[in-house]
Order: sequence, then structure tokens, then C-alpha cells
Amino acid sequence: MTYSMTREQGLQLLRHMLRIRRFEERAAELYQLGKIRGFLHLYIGEEAVAVGSIPSFTSEDAIVATYREHGHALVRGTSMGTLMAELYGKATGCASGRGGSMHFFDASRRFYGGLAIVAGGLPVAVGLALADKLQGRARVTGCYFGDGAVAEGEFHESLNLAALWKLPVLFLCENNLYAMGTALARHQSQTDIAAKAKAYALPAETVDGMDPLAVETATRHAVEFVRNGNGPYFLEYRTYRFRAHSMYDAELYRTKDEVAEWKRRDPIMTFEQTLRTAGLLADTDLQNIETEIATEIEDAVAFAEASPWEPVEQLTKDVCTPKT
Amino acid sequence: MTKITYREAVRIGLREALQRNPRVFLMGEDVGKYGGTYACSKGLLDEFGPERIRDTPLSESTFVGAGIGAALGGMRPIVEVMTVNFSLLALDQILNNAATLRHMSGGQFSVPLVVRMATGAGRQVAAQHSHSLEGWYAHIPGITVLTPATVTDARGMLLTALHEPDPVFIFEHAYLYSIEGELEEGPPAVDISRAAVRRTGKDVSLMTFGGSVWKALAAATQLAQEGIEAEVVDLRVLRPLDIGTILASVQKTHRAVVIDEAWRTGSFAAEIAAQIMEEAFYDLDAPVARVCSEEVPIPYPKHLEDAALPQPEKIVRAVHRLLGRG
Ligand SMILES: Cc1ncc(C[n+]2csc(CCOP(=O)(O)OP(=O)(O)O)c2C)c(N)n1
Ligand SMILES: [Mg+2]
Repeated sequence: MTYSMTREQGLQLLRHMLRIRRFEERAAELYQLGKIRGFLHLYIGEEAVAVGSIPSFTSEDAIVATYREHGHALVRGTSMGTLMAELYGKATGCASGRGGSMHFFDASRRFYGGLAIVAGGLPVAVGLALADKLQGRARVTGCYFGDGAVAEGEFHESLNLAALWKLPVLFLCENNLYAMGTALARHQSQTDIAAKAKAYALPAETVDGMDPLAVETATRHAVEFVRNGNGPYFLEYRTYRFRAHSMYDAELYRTKDEVAEWKRRDPIMTFEQTLRTAGLLADTDLQNIETEIATEIEDAVAFAEASPWEPVEQLTKDVCTPKT
Repeated sequence: MTKITYREAVRIGLREALQRNPRVFLMGEDVGKYGGTYACSKGLLDEFGPERIRDTPLSESTFVGAGIGAALGGMRPIVEVMTVNFSLLALDQILNNAATLRHMSGGQFSVPLVVRMATGAGRQVAAQHSHSLEGWYAHIPGITVLTPATVTDARGMLLTALHEPDPVFIFEHAYLYSIEGELEEGPPAVDISRAAVRRTGKDVSLMTFGGSVWKALAAATQLAQEGIEAEVVDLRVLRPLDIGTILASVQKTHRAVVIDEAWRTGSFAAEIAAQIMEEAFYDLDAPVARVCSEEVPIPYPKHLEDAALPQPEKIVRAVHRLLGRG
């Protein structure tokens, strides 16, 4: 593959991947301190997917993601402070603290979650795309989900409906080879996920999800295809989660060798190498980026720490829209 | 004034909604070419075209979810789920997405979705097609649950629902589609915050909704012949519940029978009884009574189905017991 990126593009990809990695490493520490509770699904290892794909969407486009969405929200542009506050459950969080790790929302960026029922986002994305089509808007809805979602009926119903109605939705399968502890081959008779999409008459591609440039190239093309009114498109990113499914699990379902093998393909490590080889990255660049990110994280944590809890009197606020 | 059927009233409401707002569209199984399972949307495909009258595959979860998404995206979808029995396949979308998004997003996203479905038993279609689950739906915060019992409500509640900012579920009792009535005077869009007293009386309050309203009215007619004046309260809206009208009636009659076609255990009738107990205990001259379905899957043969469901005779007997005449 030939890389025709500029230095700034390359540094931006690296910066975003590092932002996600460091943000989540900090979140894991805060979890151990009891500052963050509940489920915390880390994206570590999969950063190239969000970083390579999210910038392909314009601010007018919509994003629907899963409970493993920290990276997507960060790249989409929601401030790290409001995301950290959301992890804390503080009132200043991106969902007023009511969602936590699994339910990031940001209306101003058309970020529709943070949805934690596996495959539950696909029908919603199909509907967002339907609304755009009906209103003659050239917007695209990007819908992220895991390989586990492929087993749900909603996956099949949604692909069928989107293709049948030629809707402007881009399906983005983050295939990290496991649905919790169930390996792909243990939950799918046909493990070629792109082939399933093709069966519903969607154009589909499989992409190296450990390479931000490969992700970017494929996603840009796919978004353009959808935006031009050609109907839905399907991308399967082959990637890998380095950490447990949620904060802790015994990892009985995979070998240490397998994890080590994939870690050799760490998207940050390999991309850093790519940039160095191309002469686009100096040691000082990396230091500067790390320093910037460290400051951003410190500020985010300080913001979350200082933020108030939502008053219990507001418990039932926003169950329904207030009557005017 | 001419009489129309409930089915025609729904169709009038749908047509008016589609005419008034270009963002309104109808989707569901067989709403288009077939004309609607209960013929509610007959003729609308010809009138409004396939973009606005959309036949969907048998994918309840996905077309309800798509309705949620379309609502988020600025449309005013009316989703028809053929019957409440099949809405179970969409329950996840309803409970985990439609009902939660607003609160869970800190008020950022509302889902202005209207879902209609047929409900209820009484047509000998056996256990899998005779459910009355609107009480389950009324358990869910974040949505509005409507049970139109008259032609005026069948047409008007739909129009009002389309102005609500949050999800509204309309349960049309399948038995009602063929009943006839006159559209009442007044603006087509009706109030959806209040219960309605369908018959006034001073001796006992019959609290009910949907298809059972007519059974309660029939019971009240029988009771009148014995000199017992029953008041019939049509709840109309199960969530948010108009407890004020219920309490006012109980404070007048001092006796209440709640009629609900759902199974008795954990029924919406239990909720009504509990709220009366909480708010008006000392106004009662007798314990609140309930007439609900027997705790069985609804059987096919007519005699067994009739026995399983609330009937005017059962309501009359319950009133007799309350009055010490049983
Ligand atoms: C409908 C549903 N069933 C089960 C779960 C519990 N669950 C949460 S995540 C998960 C695995 C999903 O795997 P995948 O879609 O591959 O996403 P990943 O976690 O790998 O990103 C399961 C079974 C759920 N949230 N929703
Ligand atoms: Mg997975």
C-alpha cells in the first residue's frame, strides 16, 4: 500500500489513537479507585477503527455506536471533560451522568449513543437513514456494532431493510473476533461476515482494522458511495481487543499466545513505525503529543472531580418532555 | 349525524394526519397493498403513494426501531404493529430505546413516535393471538399509553398523539373495529390527559378501558333495571393515569369494580385498585373488586373463551357482591 498522507494527517491519526489509549488507561485506573463504576468496556487495541473511520463523516452525518464507544465519541469531538464526567456519573457528563460508560450521547454532534443492547442500534440507524432519504438530505448514518451483533435477528432485518429501501446507511462491523468470550467461529456458521452482507445485496468489504490508513481509505470510499445515493454499504474491520471484555474477566476463552500475536500488530506501535520510516515523525513530535494529551486528561479528570452530582430531586426529570 | 365504524374513524384519522403534515408516514406489515390487516389503511396507498404508506417485511423489531430512528431524524412516523401479540418481537426497541432515550441522554433526544396496534381477545383466535398487554406497556415510564374506546377517540387520539414529543402507543381493541358510533362535535384532536365518565351513577363505579368499556356499559344497563346506578369511567389513558377522575368517582359512589381483559395477577386493574386504596381508602364502603381474565391462555372454543374473559354478567355479579346482594 502506498501512503500519500501529509505529515499533519499522519500526526493527527496518531494523536487521536493515543488520546483514546491514554484516556482509557486512565479510566481503568480510576475504575480501580472506585471513581468509575458499573461496566467499563475498553477499546484498547481497536483504536485504529474509530480514528480511521469517524473523520470520514461530516458534522451533518449521524453516528450510532455501542457500549464500547469511548473512542468514537472522542474522535467525533465531544470534549474529554464531559466524557470523563459521564464516566464518573456527574451532572456535567455528556448524558448528564445518567448513562455512564455505555451511554455516551451528544446531540450537537449527532452522536446517538452509546446503546448497550447488542444490535439494538442497527434498526435505529436504518430509521435515521430513512428520515434523511424521505427528506431528500444527502446525509449518511454510520452504524458501529460488533461481530456478536451478527447473530441477532436485528442485524439481518436491518441489512435487508436498508438494502431493500436503498437507505443511506453505512454498516460498520468491528469484528474483534469475540462476543464476550465466544469466538466468532463458535457463534457463526459462516465466519465471513462481509459475505452475509453480500447475501442481502449490499456491497461489502473486509478491511484491516489495525491499520488506520486502510480504515480511512475504505471508509472514505464507502461514505462517498452512500452519500451519492447508491444505497447502503457494509464494512467489516478485522481488529482485536487487548483487554478483557469489560473490566475483568479470566480470559479463559483465548490463549496468551494469541493475545501476544495480536499485540505485535498494536495499531499505535505499528503506525508510529510507519510514520518514522516515512520520515514524518520525530521523537519531539511524540513527546509533544504525549504532553498535550496528559494535560487534556488531567484537565478532564479535574473537571469530573469538581463537577456536581445531579440532584436527586431531578430523578424523574426528562422521563417525558415537559409540557409547555 | 351519520354513524361510522371505529375502523373508518381510524382511517379518517390516518388520512387527516397524512394530509396535514408531510412528515407523517405510515409503515407496517400489510398496511399498503393489502389495505391493513383490519382494513384501517384501505385506499391510503392509492391516495398517498408507497413512500408514505410503506409495506415492511416481517421484521417487527427493525421497523419499530426504524420508526424510532425516523422520529429522531425529524419525521413523524406512525408505525402499525399488526397486533400486540407480535409487538413482543419489538419489545426491546420499545423498552430499551424508545422509552429510555430521552432520560438516558440527559434530555437531548426525544422520540416523537406513534405506534398503533390491535389488542385483545374475543374473536376465537386462540392463545397466541388474544393477548391484552397494554397494561404491560403502561408499566413503562417515558411513553404514553392510549386505549381509545369510541369512534371519536379512535380518530382524535391519533391526531393528538402526533403532536406529542415522546412515544405514544395506541391500543385498538380488535373487537371495536366494527362497532358504530357518531363522531362527536368539536376539534378532531381530542384531549389525551383525562379519563371520561361514559355514564353517570351514584351506587358503584365501574373503571375500565378499551374494549371492556362496552361490556361495562352493558352491565350498567342491566344494573339500572334493578335500580342500581352504576357510573362507568373510561380510563382512556393508562399512562400517565388520570387518578383524579377515578378518585372523584369513588368519592361519590364509595364502591369500585375495575374491569381489565388482562390476566388478574399483576394486571393494570391491580394498579388501579392499589391507587384507590392509597388515596381513597376511607371513602370506600367495600373493598375494591376486580373482574379480569382467568389465568389461562385464551382458548379457542367460544364457550371457553367467553368463560375466560370479563363479561357483563361477571361485572353485574361483582357489583351484587359489593352491595351485599350476592
Ligand atoms: C441483546 C443482548 N444480549 C446480550 C447482551 C450481553 N452482552 C453485552 S456485550 C456482549 C458481547 C457482544 O459482542 P460484540 O457484538 O462482538 O461486541 P464487542 O463487545 O466485541 O465489542 C454480550 C453478549 C446484550 N448487551 N444485549
Ligand atoms: Mg466482538
